[in-house]
Amino acid sequence: MLKKRIIPCLDVYKGRVVKGINFLNLKDAGDPVEQAKIYSDHGADELCFLDITASHEKRSILLDKVSQTANSCLIPLTVGGGVRSIEDIQNLLRAGADKVSINTAAVLNPDFIKQSAIKFGSQCIVIAIDVKKINSSQWEVFTHGGRKSTGIDAISYCKEVEKLGAGEILLTSMDRDGTQEGYDLDLLNTVNNTISIPVVASGGAGTPQHLYDGLSKGGASAVLAASIFHFKKFTILEIKKYLLKKGVPIRQN
Amino acid sequence: MDVVIVDYGTGNLRSVYKALETAGKDLNDLKISISGSPNIIAKADKIILPGQGSYKQCMDSILSIDGLYEELNKFVKIKRKPLFGICVGMQLFSTEGYEEKKTKGFGWVEGIVEKIKLKDKNFKLPHMGWNNLIMMKKHKIFEGIEQNSHFYFVHSYEFSTKNKEKILGTTHYEGDIISCIGDGNIFGTQFHPEKSHENGIKLLFNFLKYY
Repeated sequence: MLKKRIIPCLDVYKGRVVKGINFLNLKDAGDPVEQAKIYSDHGADELCFLDITASHEKRSILLDKVSQTANSCLIPLTVGGGVRSIEDIQNLLRAGADKVSINTAAVLNPDFIKQSAIKFGSQCIVIAIDVKKINSSQWEVFTHGGRKSTGIDAISYCKEVEKLGAGEILLTSMDRDGTQEGYDLDLLNTVNNTISIPVVASGGAGTPQHLYDGLSKGGASAVLAASIFHFKKFTILEIKKYLLKKGVPIRQN
Repeated sequence: MDVVIVDYGTGNLRSVYKALETAGKDLNDLKISISGSPNIIAKADKIILPGQGSYKQCMDSILSIDGLYEELNKFVKIKRKPLFGICVGMQLFSTEGYEEKKTKGFGWVEGIVEKIKLKDKNFKLPHMGWNNLIMMKKHKIFEGIEQNSHFYFVHSYEFSTKNKEKILGTTHYEGDIISCIGDGNIFGTQFHPEKSHENGIKLLFNFLKYY
């Protein structure tokens, strides 16, 4: 049986793992290479490495850090941040990424999703979407690390990226990000019922209960979290034990 | 032992390299290289055939390198040397694939590759994540690996064959998906051993040691 995935997220700023609240007020949370090794050895199902200001500062990602991080883990690694060309993707894959996550560039040029999926296969194209709630059934897409409003409806955008060949959607609620109040379950449910590719829940996890809610009530295929792991509130093993006890299919061996 | 990872411009070869290096760290005289040159492949003792993207793209890329298709065929069918296919690399063992359009494969194992058919909409495509390997028979490649161990999958197309004795492992995803195929000197996995932590390393080790 396919297992639900637990994905620690390394938000990287100037080569260090950081964590903020609502995308602001960054706190240092260690070295990505060391963290990746620990998570991989402790049972994480995947890792996500996001260079959080790459798009904002219009610079390309820290390829060296990516390749060191990839070298220290034997589980799938998704890398994102400032990915805007076929060449960027090629460089990241060469550096050791298994999947790349595209955010701003996909909104600005949806055809880029299609071209990347044709060239590298849908399985390695993750579309990261940052959204803010408008009302109980509507969300708006934001770009540039949450700095720019786009006026685009998140649900129709999810449908569009699926059609263009995305293999997975990494869905972040900006309202919840870093708040540790739990995932936006309405958002997850709405998107999950609309599309047939896997959805990764992100933004707001603070307790194991939140991860459980995201996977069960929200129907997410995977949960991505940062603070809950980085500041050693809970280990991956503790979280996995908790989820198993609640009946969530989780990988143990 | 000279092991070559076949580079035809697809996928994350570094992951495969790194995993092989880890798997073979206690083996003497192991030399791993990445190459798409038919001359270098011809001299290899064992090869790994990775594959990412579509069946058609992978086959087109192999055919675009002068002499590569012929050398791979010779390696497997005439020299009968060991080859390990990963993901689309395994799918290419088939007679033909139906991703994008009908494309001829190597035909080493009679069978076809088609999109996974799902009825229940709770099953998403791609089939992405960790799933259990059900070993169908005792085999040297599985030494030290427990029944139902987890491996990492990411694919939307599956191999099917009437040749049941070539199916070494299956995996449940609504229906049964063929996850390991073996036939004499060739072995392939639908999952990614290079991304499957310790279980994947064991499998690669067994290939290096026993094939």
